[in-house]
Amino acid sequence: MSIFSDVPQAPPVAVFQLTADFRQDSHPQKVNLGVGAYRTDDCQPWVLPVVKKVERLIVEDDSLNHEYLPILGLPEFRSASASKVALGDDNTAIKENRVGGVQSLGGTGALRIGAEFLRRWYNGVNNTATPVYVSAPTWENHNSVFTDAGFKDIRPYHYWDAASRGLDITGLLDDLENAPEHSIFVLHACAHNPTGIDPTQEQWKKIAEVMKRRNLFAFFDSAYQGFASGSLEKDAWAIRFFVSEGFELFVAQSFSKNFGLYNERVGNLTVVAQDSDSLTRILSQMEKIVRTTWSNPPSQGARVVSKTLNSPELFDEWKGNVKTMADRVLLMRDQLKAKLQALGTPGTWDHITQQIGMFSFTGLNPKQVEYMIKEKHVYLMASGRINMCGLTSKNIDYVAQSIHDAVTKVQ
Amino acid sequence: MSRPGTSLDEKGVEPNGDPGVHLPLFTSAHPETTTLLSAYDKDTHTGKVYLAGREYYSEEGKTFELRLVGKIKQQLSADPTLRPEYPPSFGLTEFTRRATEAALGKSSRAVVENRVLGIQTPGFTAAVRLGAELLRHWHDVCPDWCGPVYLSSPCDDSLPGIFQAAGIQDIREYYYWDDRQRDVCLEKLLEDLERAPERSVVVLSASAHYPTGADLSQHQWAVITQLIMRRRLFPFLLLPAQALCSGDLERDAWPVQYCASQGMELLCAQSFSHCFGLYGAAVGHLLCVLKQNCLLSSVRSQADEVVRSLWAEPSVGGAHVVATVLSNPAHLVEWHGEVRRIVERCMLIRNILKERLRLLGTPGCWDHLTQQGGLYCCTGLNGQQVEFLSQRRHVYLLPTGCLNVSAINGRNLDCVAESIHLAAIG
Repeated sequence: MSIFSDVPQAPPVAVFQLTADFRQDSHPQKVNLGVGAYRTDDCQPWVLPVVKKVERLIVEDDSLNHEYLPILGLPEFRSASASKVALGDDNTAIKENRVGGVQSLGGTGALRIGAEFLRRWYNGVNNTATPVYVSAPTWENHNSVFTDAGFKDIRPYHYWDAASRGLDITGLLDDLENAPEHSIFVLHACAHNPTGIDPTQEQWKKIAEVMKRRNLFAFFDSAYQGFASGSLEKDAWAIRFFVSEGFELFVAQSFSKNFGLYNERVGNLTVVAQDSDSLTRILSQMEKIVRTTWSNPPSQGARVVSKTLNSPELFDEWKGNVKTMADRVLLMRDQLKAKLQALGTPGTWDHITQQIGMFSFTGLNPKQVEYMIKEKHVYLMASGRINMCGLTSKNIDYVAQSIHDAVTKVQ
Repeated sequence: MSRPGTSLDEKGVEPNGDPGVHLPLFTSAHPETTTLLSAYDKDTHTGKVYLAGREYYSEEGKTFELRLVGKIKQQLSADPTLRPEYPPSFGLTEFTRRATEAALGKSSRAVVENRVLGIQTPGFTAAVRLGAELLRHWHDVCPDWCGPVYLSSPCDDSLPGIFQAAGIQDIREYYYWDDRQRDVCLEKLLEDLERAPERSVVVLSASAHYPTGADLSQHQWAVITQLIMRRRLFPFLLLPAQALCSGDLERDAWPVQYCASQGMELLCAQSFSHCFGLYGAAVGHLLCVLKQNCLLSSVRSQADEVVRSLWAEPSVGGAHVVATVLSNPAHLVEWHGEVRRIVERCMLIRNILKERLRLLGTPGCWDHLTQQGGLYCCTGLNGQQVEFLSQRRHVYLLPTGCLNVSAINGRNLDCVAESIHLAAIG
């Protein structure tokens, strides 16, 4: 008698199911607007030139240490992730020695370690009842990560306003006002996934004001820094503003997209504490958590990122590569909107260029999405989310026409 | 080492009231105690020797990459077909296929009958953690099953924490190493397992037991597996340094093959870090052998859910190297050669150390040094003697009296042998 006899079948993850279906499809004009990874205009994954260069340097480096990495990860990587990327070199918190990092297995790993820590040490000890708020909608994995870390109360906060195809700032601020004190809010630092709508700087200021007053915890998810606007600084504005307002906060950083290192699982949990003593204690507990999760993180990706960030020339080259990706996305946005307008597709399409980052919430309803997939072989998420990187100069006309048909033929 | 029933984890600290704007948020998080390594680092004695490291050290006292691995990495870095994309959540298919083969052999009935699941994990700890999570989620006797899990005494001190992090609080020991006999005491081991409640998980080392180096014989495996089947216990096998005992992956995994051949269900955590010198790459694997293939797809889907909220996907670099070597006969020959040198050096050090102690006239029997296998060796020295070694002789062993034989080399052998001698007569 097997101990696994009663294991129920779990539902497949939607986005991966979509890709699987896409692969099975033999239609010559099929387009995959599902998975969140960058593609070139030839619809290929892109090895950033700077990454290729740095990988060669690493492979040829005889002096490399081949030991296990420390539990918290490669030191140069952890500090550079925070200083060069998330907070900026001249950040006061860094100068005050109250910023630390935990190298993690991608953005997911960083979120999980942060969530595990909060469940153990935030708002009491082992307080699984602390409410965790995630945006409506959000990246589906947010729910699982916090649930599996032990939190019992995951709630949505207002975010996407379907009517205006924009941010429901009133609803959001209301939720902040009414959230129990000390609730945790998972905030997307930029390029919100899946909507692509970010708060403006003014809106961020309002959000911060309420969060400070109500003692809410800010947990930033930053998977697209640099990728959204092409500028690292601009994309990190919200994080840096919160830090300047004195918040203690976490930032789960992913380097999968902006370095194209999807398969090396490079992430960092940046921790901003109130003082360096606090930081020391926090990191020591983080170490305990990591020790029972993966113990020693993989070195390859962290070395690539660290070498790049810590060398002025390579850092500049990387910023250029990131801008290349961001620019292509912006171009596709412009073109898609222009084509839909030229076709006279009913509705407004301004949101396509107002949204930023990899994703766009088209506003297509589930029936229209089904039509797109079944009739047009254009694959997108049931939510109407598309990955702009799936668009190329070769397929954009077909996609625009397909959207036009979906909107006009299917209600 | 944990005592039955005690929780090793969080100290029950009361929060200092409401953390307002001015107090740091995490006031109740206290720092952890210093480790053996930090004590060693602080030691200013010039001849100090650290024998408690996890990796294989060369004669020069350094960790190194196998020459073959360096070559393969070069090749892979120039390979235009390798694309920067998210790997599958269970890792590279070629890797899991080879890792499964390395544990179960090439003609495993379980594989043929499609009752085997192989999942690439970011390292050995991650494999154990994933296995622990799966056990907790699925135990069919009662949904809230939470143990007990039996660990050998002694064991890797991170193991209790891993199971507890997965939500299993009831961690117990079974008798394993006997200080007097300086070997495994089968009788007492069987007594402990006989008393284990049905459905208990028993964590057993398949080879190169950490930290003692003392492994079970084939006969002992036969007896233990009989008990496990009769008492309906669940085996979780560990292969943290596969290939470092015999120099061969499959031979070191014999216990896994044996259990599978008995029709048992099992989990097995493997690591390829040691035998490839890929410490920084976190190359682990969790093997799951089921009793029926109709269970495979639901177990797979549940495992997928667990993986997605822990690390989503593993990293590919190291797995590529391992898969490349294991799927190429020429590479395999070269790899075997390098691993054999590592294994032979460890055996040589054991022999030399035993001989030195004999020449010094050190009391007691030291045969166990050469009977044990792999990187680690349990000397049989007690807590006081171990402390004497670190405090007075600046030679650092694990508190259990175990040491990493590869850390002994031409430069420190005299000191180590003499120190053990002094500790033994002291």
